[in-house]
This record gives sequence, structure tokens and C-alpha cells, in this order.
Amino acid sequence: MIAASGPGTAVVEIPSGSRVPQVASEAQLRTVLAGLSGVDAVGVAARAAKLATRSLKRETKRRALDLAIAMVDLTTLEGADTPGHVAALCAKARRPDAEDPTCPPVAALCVYPDLVATARAHLAGSAVRVASVATAFPAGRASLPVKLADVAEARAAGADEIDMVIDRGAFLSGRLGQVFEEIVAVKEACGPAALKVILETGELGTYDNVRRASWLAMLAGADFIKTSTGKVAVSATPPVALVMLEAVRDFAESTGQVVGVKLAGGIRSAKEALRYLVLASETAGSTWLEPGTLRFGASSLLTDLLLQRRSQRTGAYARREHVSVE
Amino acid sequence: MSSEPGGQGLASTGRVSRLGDLDYAPAPESAAIVSIADAYGLYIDGHFTDPERHESFATLNPATAAPLARVARASAADVDAAVQAARRALPAWSALPGAERAKYLFRISRIIQERQRELAVLETLDNGKPIRETRDVDIPLAAGHFFYYAGWADKLAFAGFGPDPRPRGVAGQIIPWNFPLLMAAWKLAPALAAGNTCVLKPAETTPLSALALADILEQAELPAGVVNIVTGDGATGADLVDHPGIDKLAFTGSTEVGRQIQRRLAARGLPLTLELGGKGANIVFDDAPLDEAIEGIIDGIFFNQGHVCCAGSRLLVHEGVADEVLRRLRRRVDQLRVGDPLDKNTDVGAINSAAQLARIGELVAAGEAEGATRYTSACPLPAAGYWFAPTVFTDVAPAHRIAREEIFGPVLAVMTFRTPEEAVAKANDTTYGLACGVWSEKGSRTLWVAQRLRAGVVWANAYNRFDPASPFGGVRESGFGREGGRHGLEAYLDV
Repeated sequence: MIAASGPGTAVVEIPSGSRVPQVASEAQLRTVLAGLSGVDAVGVAARAAKLATRSLKRETKRRALDLAIAMVDLTTLEGADTPGHVAALCAKARRPDAEDPTCPPVAALCVYPDLVATARAHLAGSAVRVASVATAFPAGRASLPVKLADVAEARAAGADEIDMVIDRGAFLSGRLGQVFEEIVAVKEACGPAALKVILETGELGTYDNVRRASWLAMLAGADFIKTSTGKVAVSATPPVALVMLEAVRDFAESTGQVVGVKLAGGIRSAKEALRYLVLASETAGSTWLEPGTLRFGASSLLTDLLLQRRSQRTGAYARREHVSVE
Repeated sequence: MSSEPGGQGLASTGRVSRLGDLDYAPAPESAAIVSIADAYGLYIDGHFTDPERHESFATLNPATAAPLARVARASAADVDAAVQAARRALPAWSALPGAERAKYLFRISRIIQERQRELAVLETLDNGKPIRETRDVDIPLAAGHFFYYAGWADKLAFAGFGPDPRPRGVAGQIIPWNFPLLMAAWKLAPALAAGNTCVLKPAETTPLSALALADILEQAELPAGVVNIVTGDGATGADLVDHPGIDKLAFTGSTEVGRQIQRRLAARGLPLTLELGGKGANIVFDDAPLDEAIEGIIDGIFFNQGHVCCAGSRLLVHEGVADEVLRRLRRRVDQLRVGDPLDKNTDVGAINSAAQLARIGELVAAGEAEGATRYTSACPLPAAGYWFAPTVFTDVAPAHRIAREEIFGPVLAVMTFRTPEEAVAKANDTTYGLACGVWSEKGSRTLWVAQRLRAGVVWANAYNRFDPASPFGGVRESGFGREGGRHGLEAYLDV
């Protein structure tokens, strides 16, 4: 057999020490964002489609499935959520495959603020983090004090990570300074908690806007930029993920600051998740191949990841009944 | 406003291993899905026949240099038999209603689609190009050309060439080794739709997919003699060119051979189309969509190992972004996976032949000798077979050979420009005129540049995109005539 060489993985050199520029005015912010390279929509779709043809086999696939599981933010954001349901998900998060202790736990459990305390209690002693949506999720249509109170409540109940939404109305009408200041304020309210900034790319309309919103959020102090709430028609797509991965790569190269990416909404199959890992690897490089920098916000995805993981280990297609239902 | 950079949130959870590099395990397509005979005859008058002189030659797998099969070498007498068969088949074929000819073309298209996996593997084995490209580009486009021209067969009166355009007659068609099946489709589909019969001469190093196509034509029950396939080397091609019984000649290949053909055909008045070499320029302005431009540069020169007549083998980059573009370009070059063409994750496959490898090596050596700076991917190359690592030359002067001569390999020559005028002047500073790419987010500039480029094809924020409905062809030393689209019919109609 002839070997294929070249890892595919992008080698990205990140300077040590953080040099994130201080944004002193809305005009300055506008200049920075306007200076970003445009995105060609046809080209970005073609690149994402090409990377979707990568074929992950054997050991690569086994490792990638384990990693994808460890990157899941197991999510329940329904009006019908109850403490009992959240408790069941906590058990799943700690030990996703009840029959296989070698299966890694997920990265975090993501809930509404009122259920953070429940999640915290049931995840005590585990490494699974508690994430909470806040800032008037999912529309973000509330005044800043209300949003900050939302964050404070989640923090007080023990959230390790806060998933905020940006004000898309403000962004689309050009009030960039307002969006920026809200993120800065929320970041401050987060304290030591990690801040994930949801761009709601399905409402931004263009890839240029996705790139600008990504940079705006990163300049304002986001620890993660996140695609979607999962509550609008279009959520994470491969081209959007590609643009955001390019943004975090370029931001890290120019500032030394590594910002994570969370892909959320609509990702249901292991195959899709692995394709996103390929996108991350070939676009941003190995720094983004760990749960500290890449997450999947999903509910049903975990089930398919577990089934595929079993198939890889047993050599036979696993039955749906082997994975618990919460 | 001010912001504190984040950071605390990124502390690793501490229990999960990193994947490190996503190092792809081998994912080879199975070579067992295609059966290759030990020896092939000539496809004449609906049958595989032995060549008159019983001469044959080996076709190799360029990835291993191991022989795949022996293929007949057609003599002048064999070519004559093929032309005679095409002549005999012509009256009935050209008299068929267009809708009837269309049925055959649709059928061929469908069988190519049904056998696409087998054809993709066969093409990869014989040519050396990655399976991803044969699977996703060559074979679907070949099927697409038959499908597209099937649609024209009963609409020729509405193609803009008069109310009742007639076929030329017997078409001699000589195709190159870089896209063997696709070039056969480019030649055969419009010729057959227009009611011509054909004698096709595949390239010496890549005859197998054309011979598989012969099998497909039989499967489609195409009448005997409508398409004849004669394998051989340059001498066989010359016999076809010289044959007095052909009514039309179409050639795709090098400018040098194109010149010889045109010389041989002098004073014969034979309709001729030539699709020849190129030295395409990818022009990147400072307002280009950079990430997509990098992919376009990569696609432009490393697609099909650079064995593409319209390859973007010159990169003209605005000085203001040259450092940034080159930094990103090197990163992408380092990522390219070079190796087993049958591996689904291979980006760059094998060089088609020892002769082509020697030609690339010679020009690269000339580039170094003339003072250009060479950057070559450090990727290890397989020991057997013909391989050349992706290479980028900077500090290239317009007078260097690597800036002027077609290398037809994975070698890019980078030059810079300061103004749009200079970009146009440098892009046009070539004897060729096949294709260029323009990368800018400013539409007015793209149009201004495109109008001034002397090239048959100009892509805007794209490169190496092909479609059966889109005409393709060159100007100046890149040839004349168009293939594809409505324009592609003209070569095969007596207009």
C-alpha cells in the first residue's frame, strides 16, 4: 500500500501572551470590522462541501467519536423541562454509555437558569460543567439590566458557563457599539465563568456578517463564539462553522488569544459531528480539537455518537435500545 | 468602551484527551471493483479487433509504475479501417431523428452514472489522479456532457446555426491523458448529438477508460461504427490526422503537437478545433475574499497534480497582501495529502508518466537556476511510481522559464503587481490565452480586468469550475474553437 502523507491538519502558530486590542470607540470597532476580508459565499460552501468528503476510518474514527462525545454540551431548553428530567440528563452526562465505563463524560450540561441549581446538585463531584443560557434567551429582547440579572441568577446558582445571545436587532441595524458593550457587561457579570456568545447566524443573513459578529464578540471578550440558539429555522451549517473557525484562527494568530467555537442546533448525527471535527482540524488546527475549544450544543446527537461508538467497538451495528432514553 | 480578554473559561476540563492532529487512517477505495483485461484490441465497427500488425504497448499505473494491461497499437491500416467503419455508419446515424440519437446519449450518460464507481477507480489506476477527483469531478462531468448534449440532439435547428444544420461527417478526435474519460465525453457527446460519426484516439498513457467507454457504448447498443476507438501513440494520431476520409479534426493536447497538426492540415481545408496549452494567471487583489482565494489558488494549481491545460500556474498577487497570501498559501500547501491516489483522503496523486515527471523536474531546476526561490512541501513521497511534491516559486521574474512555459505539474510561479493595469499587463504577458482567475470583492474591478484579459475563460472568485453548459476554449497559442454549451455544437455542424 502506498502511504498518504501530510496530516491535513492546519498548523497554526499562536503567539504567546495576549494582545487583544482595546476597543476605545464605536468608530474604531467599525473600522476594525470593515477591514476584515470579505467572504465569498460560493467559495466557502465549496470548501465546506469538499471537506465533507474526508473519510474517517478505524482508529481515527474511534478517537474522533470519543472526542466528539467529550465535546457535547448536552442540552435541554424546553418549556417542559423539569428537575426530574434534568436529573436524568445529569446521569447521562456523567456516564453517557451506562454499559461502558470507558466512554468519556460530556463536556457540560446546558439548561435554563432556573434549573442550574438542580444540575449543579446532580453533577457534584463530576467534571461535567454546568452551562446556562441567559440574557433573555433566545431572542435577547430585554433591557441590559434584565439580561444582567438573568446572568447573575445563573451564576449564583452555580453555572460554570454562560451562553448569552447577542442583540441581532442592534447588530443588523448597525448599532455595533451597543452589541459590543452588552457583551462586555455580560462578560464582567460572568466573573470566572466562561462566556459563550451566541451569534444566531441563521438571523445574520450573510457570511460577511458572521465573520464581523465573530470578531466583535471576540474583541468584547467572548471565551466561545456559538452559532445558534437552536430556536430559529437555520442553525449550525458547515459553511458558517468554517467562517467562524477561520475567525478564531485569525484572531488567535493576530492576538494570541484562543477563543473556542460552539456549534449548536440541528446537529443530530455522528457523521455530521465528525465532519465538523474535520472542518476544525483542517481550518484552525489541533488547538481546536479539544473540549476546551470546540463544543457541540445538542440533545439527540449524543445518542447517535454512542451508537456509532458501540458499532466501532463491536463491529456490529448497535441497537437503539442500548442507549438510554431520557 | 474597554474589554478584558477572556481566558479563565478556557481552562481545560482536564480529563479528556486531545485528539492531537486528526491524522487520517488509510481509507482506500477498493481496486477490486474494476476488472482490467490483460490485453485490449481496437474498437472498430462495433467490435474489439486485433490490430493489423499485432503490436501492443503497456499502460502503467503511475502510482506504482507497474503495468496494468497491454493495449493495441493501431497502424495506418487500422486507422483506415476505423475511418471506413465510421463512413459506413454515417448515413444511417445522421439520418436518425435527433430525438432517436438523444436516446442513445441519454443511455450512455445513465450507464456512466451506474458504473461511476468502477470508472472512477479505473481512471485513477490508469491516470494517477486522486479517487476524490475521478469520483467527484471526472466521471460526473463526463456523464453530464452526454446528458447535456442529448438535450441538444433534437433541437439543432434552434441552436442558432440555421434552420437545418448538417453534421460535418466523420470526425477524427484526439484526446489527452489528463482527463481521459472526460475529454472523450467532451469530444464524442456534441459530435454524436449533431449526427457525426467518430474515430477517437485516446492518449498513449491513459487508454483504459476510453476502452471501458467502448464497452458502455455496446451496452447502450450504439450502432456499430458510430464510434470507433483506436489506441496508439503519436504515430497513430498522425495517421488519423493524415487520413483523407475524415471531415473534421478535433485535438486537445500540447501547443507543440497542435502546431504540427495544423501544419499537416495546411491546404486541406479541414475544419479544425484545437484546445492546447495554457499559462493561466490567478490574479489576487488586496480586497479579495482571502480564505476563498487561497482555496482557489490551491485548486488552480494542485487540482489533478497541475495536469490541467487551464491550470492557474501563475499567481499574480497585489503587493500589499503578498506576504499574508504567501503565509496562508504555504500553510495550505503543507496540509496537502500526497500519496495513494485510491485513498479517499488524498489531495494530490501521482504524476502521469516518467516523461512528464522529467519535464517538471527540468523546469523546476531551471527555476532554481534562474534565481527564483523554491518552496516545496516536506511531505514524504512514495518510493515507487512518479511523484512530485507541491511546489511554490516566489521571486519569479516574468522572464523566467517557469513564468513563461507550461509546466503541467504541481508547480506555482508567484509574482506581484501594484496596480490593476500592471496585473492585466502581466497576466497577458504570455503566448497562451486559455484561462485566468480574478479575485476581488469589487465587481467593477473584476469586470474591468476581465474585459482586458486575453483568455478564453475568466473565472471571478473561482477557479477550475466546469459545466457542460458553459463553453470552454482558448485564444492565441491556447487554440481555437469552443467545447461545451451551445457553442460546442458549432465544431460538429456544417454551418
